[in-house]
Amino acid sequence: MALLEIAGMSLGFGGIEVLRGFDFAVEEGSITSLIGPNGAGKTSVFNCLTGFYRPRAGRITLAGTRIDGLAPHRVTRLGLARTFQNLRLFRELTAAENVMAGRHCRTGAGALDAMLGTRRHRHEEAAIAEAARHWLAFVGITEAADRTAGALPYGHQRRVEWARALATEPRLLLLDEPAAGLNVGEKEELVALMRRIRDELGVTILLIEHDMGLVMQVSEHIGVLDHGRKIAEGTPERVQNDPLVIEAYLGRDEDEASAAA
Amino acid sequence: MSVAPALAVARSPRGTVVSAALIVVALAIPLVANSYALEVLSEAWFYVLLCLGLNIVVGYAGLLDLGYAAFFAVGAYTAGLVTLKLGLSFWFSLPLAVVAASIAGVVIGGPTLRLRSDYLAIVTLGFGEMVRITVRNLAVTGGASGLVGISRPYLFGYKLDTIASYYYIFLALALLAVAASHRLEHSRIGRAWKYVRSDEDAARAMGINHAAVKLSAYVLGAIFAAIGGCFYAAKMTAIAPETFTFNQSLLILLGVVLGGRGKIPGVILGALVVVVAPELFRDIGSLRMLVFALCLLLIMLLRPAGIWPERWRWG
Repeated sequence: MALLEIAGMSLGFGGIEVLRGFDFAVEEGSITSLIGPNGAGKTSVFNCLTGFYRPRAGRITLAGTRIDGLAPHRVTRLGLARTFQNLRLFRELTAAENVMAGRHCRTGAGALDAMLGTRRHRHEEAAIAEAARHWLAFVGITEAADRTAGALPYGHQRRVEWARALATEPRLLLLDEPAAGLNVGEKEELVALMRRIRDELGVTILLIEHDMGLVMQVSEHIGVLDHGRKIAEGTPERVQNDPLVIEAYLGRDEDEASAAA
Repeated sequence: MSVAPALAVARSPRGTVVSAALIVVALAIPLVANSYALEVLSEAWFYVLLCLGLNIVVGYAGLLDLGYAAFFAVGAYTAGLVTLKLGLSFWFSLPLAVVAASIAGVVIGGPTLRLRSDYLAIVTLGFGEMVRITVRNLAVTGGASGLVGISRPYLFGYKLDTIASYYYIFLALALLAVAASHRLEHSRIGRAWKYVRSDEDAARAMGINHAAVKLSAYVLGAIFAAIGGCFYAAKMTAIAPETFTFNQSLLILLGVVLGGRGKIPGVILGALVVVVAPELFRDIGSLRMLVFALCLLLIMLLRPAGIWPERWRWG
């Protein structure tokens, strides 16, 4: 059984259909990508998986547990973490405080614990601070810990977001266009980091990305989405040569001919 | 490596020395001050408690609450009813006020905290007025004239009936509120408030139940006000609905915003300014509130984030 299974998922807003009968699976331990032209519905898939959207139909299971219809915080607790297409850091807080957010769902001290300074509170606080250091070191920006997240360079902000997601101890990490806005060198570091996350941490990765070079380089399995439907699926080689995929990205020959006329 | 640089403020040796010196001064004031000054300063400490309570809601969780005086009323009326109608000791009113404020907080906050901030402001404003009008019209709460003759509590065998005793009570409550706020701010739940304030969706994606987190801030703020309200009733021995008007809510909010939302020293300063400044202007008679209002406008224009600096370091 795959780690993540999506069966017959449909999503619509009013009369607009965003996803139509989408089936997909992500194997445990894989790096899988979801690609497609702009507006194909990729980010909507992520929003359904993470509980931000409620699909009209279909079922989503994570390691056998149904997660469709669950609130976002419950989905995260079950082991699914995400990053956002447009960075969503807590900008006025420090990088370390951002990463600490990821530990919230794995800890439990309440307001009374804090006010009374109970053992539970003190132990958890020490562990949370240690986790923040650990994950910032993992993504390679230890020195940014006490700096305001919003003031960090763009590439570092991305890493803070990754560290924050990893701090939730996910089984599956959803990355929404992680390479957007990065230069060639930064993209290479990104690929290396993704491989470390999968190989060292055993975290499965599902990626949305527009940089085809990066997708083909890093993915073992690719799904292609167009107009809310899955039009192809398979290994990078197979997807690259699929006529439907080429058509979705480049358009049909006769369309081009008629457009030129 | 210090992960939370904010802690450096409170934990730096100089900060501790300055804080200790200020506390000693505050403790010594009743030895030299006249009863008018003690009256004003007792109210100032009382406002520090209220403002720190509202700061949890407005400052940390970023929820605009325009009806905070309602929870202060819940505490005061609980104390009045417990002592006058039930004939119990004042001290029973504290746990009951905490329970009553929690229930009121959950009933009002539960359904409304999902609303966007501006809608929330309207609902809380309505709640504040509802509480005031309800106690004004109920026979058990004494109608418009309120409850009179609330008996003074005893503490360790001493009757609390001098202004100096209430000065110390409210000073102690203010200090407790500072300690509680400081601990909350640097805790799991305190950070969760800030995450939700900063970016609700990102917080949810991090596994934070935003509704529960906001509700906890709202209820905790309510509890601070209710405890203050109990002691307020004991000090005044009489309470009336007109104490808990929208203006009262605004004044508390003013203290929080003026000093600096989410910054404990700022909120203390704001509370002191809101109480003490109008007294300083007393000599100018009827122009007093106008001058006060102009000062507030100036402060907000020059320092929109509050009087207290963003990142304060001692020395």
